[in-house]
Amino acid sequence: MNSLSFGTGMPPALIFIIGALFIPLLRGRVKSAFMLLLPLAAFYVLLTVPEGIHWQFRLLHYDLTLGRVDRLSRIFGYIFTLISFISLIYALKVDDDLQYVSGLCYAGGALGVTFAGDLFTLYIFWEVMAVASTFLILARRTKSAQAAAFRYILVHVLGGLCLLAGIVLYVHRTGTLQFGHMQLAGADTWLIFIGIAVNAAIPPLHPWLQDAYPEATVAGAVFLSAFTTKSAVYVMARTFAGTELLIWLGALMTVIPIFYAVLENDIRRVLAYSLVNQVGFMMCAIGIGTQLAINGAVAHAFCHILYKALLFMAAGSVLQMTGKIRCTELGGLYKTMPLTCFFCIIGAASIAAFPFFSGFVSKSMIVSAAAYSHLAVVWLMLQFASAGIFPYVKVPYFAFFGRDSGIRAEEPPFNMLAAMGMAAFLCVLIGVFPQPLYHILPYPVDYAPYTVVHVVEKLQLLMFGLLAFCLLMLSGYYPAEMRSINVDVDWFYRKGVRVLYRLMDQGLNRLNAVCEELFARKLPGFLAWIAKDGPALLVVFFASPFKAMMGADRENLDGYKRKIHATFDTLSLPIGLGAAAAALFLVLLFWVN
Amino acid sequence: MKRELKIFDNPDNVKRLLRVFYASLVVLVLLDFIIHKHAAFPWEGQFGFFATYGFVSCVALIFIAKGLRRLIRRDEDYYDRPEDS
Repeated sequence: MNSLSFGTGMPPALIFIIGALFIPLLRGRVKSAFMLLLPLAAFYVLLTVPEGIHWQFRLLHYDLTLGRVDRLSRIFGYIFTLISFISLIYALKVDDDLQYVSGLCYAGGALGVTFAGDLFTLYIFWEVMAVASTFLILARRTKSAQAAAFRYILVHVLGGLCLLAGIVLYVHRTGTLQFGHMQLAGADTWLIFIGIAVNAAIPPLHPWLQDAYPEATVAGAVFLSAFTTKSAVYVMARTFAGTELLIWLGALMTVIPIFYAVLENDIRRVLAYSLVNQVGFMMCAIGIGTQLAINGAVAHAFCHILYKALLFMAAGSVLQMTGKIRCTELGGLYKTMPLTCFFCIIGAASIAAFPFFSGFVSKSMIVSAAAYSHLAVVWLMLQFASAGIFPYVKVPYFAFFGRDSGIRAEEPPFNMLAAMGMAAFLCVLIGVFPQPLYHILPYPVDYAPYTVVHVVEKLQLLMFGLLAFCLLMLSGYYPAEMRSINVDVDWFYRKGVRVLYRLMDQGLNRLNAVCEELFARKLPGFLAWIAKDGPALLVVFFASPFKAMMGADRENLDGYKRKIHATFDTLSLPIGLGAAAAALFLVLLFWVN
Repeated sequence: MKRELKIFDNPDNVKRLLRVFYASLVVLVLLDFIIHKHAAFPWEGQFGFFATYGFVSCVALIFIAKGLRRLIRRDEDYYDRPEDS
């Protein structure tokens, strides 16, 4: 519309989204090479573009910014491009352009959100993400996936509308589209907060995640695990850092899902619950809001994307090679899938934050930040959630060890193993050498994770948790995996809504029927009758007592009534004649003048 | 016939693994005597706090989860069933 002043290179978001449009035109190796080039090109742009505002253009009265590059956005840009690259390698053998196009648009949307410099650009890419990601679920092409995708998009449209309403009110109040720190006060910021909270899966707005992710395609779930929640983490860190409410929501968010994860049978659903639990750590840290806490949240998002994608890749490999995903149907897969098993264990060790795995160097920052801020209860909750390692142990245990299911599935294709290997390598690399990661965090880092005390404390916590797992398992107290599902908050819109539907049906339809009877049938007749006979009746009502007083008998009265009605029917009232004469006179007067 | 790993089919191997595991637990607790903790909270410096907290948390987690299961467990086709009641 107006001048486009693009700086160096193309915005990473557009590299992905425009690149995605060419996918259906390409075939075979050219397509694979082209796809893998997109994240590399975006990564190169991110490496070279200096900090500051880039890629601005003017729309109507507002300056829109596609590239606000600072330390906070750049690190999210790095990890989003990196995980796109790994996920694409994992997906190379998928013969479905729909998944490629939607996956790339989805990644582009997440990058757009990350580098958006104003609220309008943020909203546009927010919705791009919602729509594109839905197709990763739809692409499974099963009935339950379609239903889950439908619920998923409805929840995200609702969240998006909250965000939009908040943005509109915010712009109305402040007059700017500024996408920066906000105080949680007033309808506008609350709506924006709720909009972000939906994508961050903060309870009770979380059930879309465990509902939809396990229904996605094998590769789709890997993409999904990376972008939606973590871009919400970024936006939350940008806008509501230091909001006390987030500390408590985050702490609860770390605790509640692990109960569900213990009981859940579907492996990818276990992973979805532990995803929510991990994002809880980030939310809590954002709420604490100190430099150490924000660093911890960002570092944890970075590590989490890697190990969660790794776990979803391992689970996806199991699903693809065996066709099964329930704990009750799997077991003993280490015998024929040792590499997948090995990668899965690395992912589980990373998410459980064992020393020398990536989760350790980031989660400790968050727990320490809670301690330095003297949040005793929060600290205990976070340690409880860290100690409760069953969700992380059970995925490798039930899939690869445990009871031998007799399934002898082969390892997945080389590209899938390579993608898992890359993610696993990075998990260990970051765990052993955290300095490069610390170097790119938003604030300067003065934190040493590898002190003897830290390591011993953490190992005690985890190993005795593991001991509890072993003892409960051996004694049979551990709740058996069973073929069942567990109801969560989504009950309200999956079952509860039927009650609502019936209420609507019974209530509104009855109201409708009553209204129709009253307003469509009876009222018009009544009004017509009033209009026709009303004045005459009034006159009779007021005049007949006087007639009776003056000695009129019943017969006279009846005649009088008929006369009045006839007068009204022919409009020949004395007062009407007078009025007509007066009106005529006025017209004449007007004409003469 | 594809090559298969059978390392855990042998109960002795499982026992060996568990023995190493239990030994490492003992070592970890004993380390509490040696290292000095700079505690942010008073309870952090207590002997064996982290070991106890880790163990108790997990046991509590399981028992609460078992209780929760009674409340939230449904059949797998719960959401797919046509409305009956």
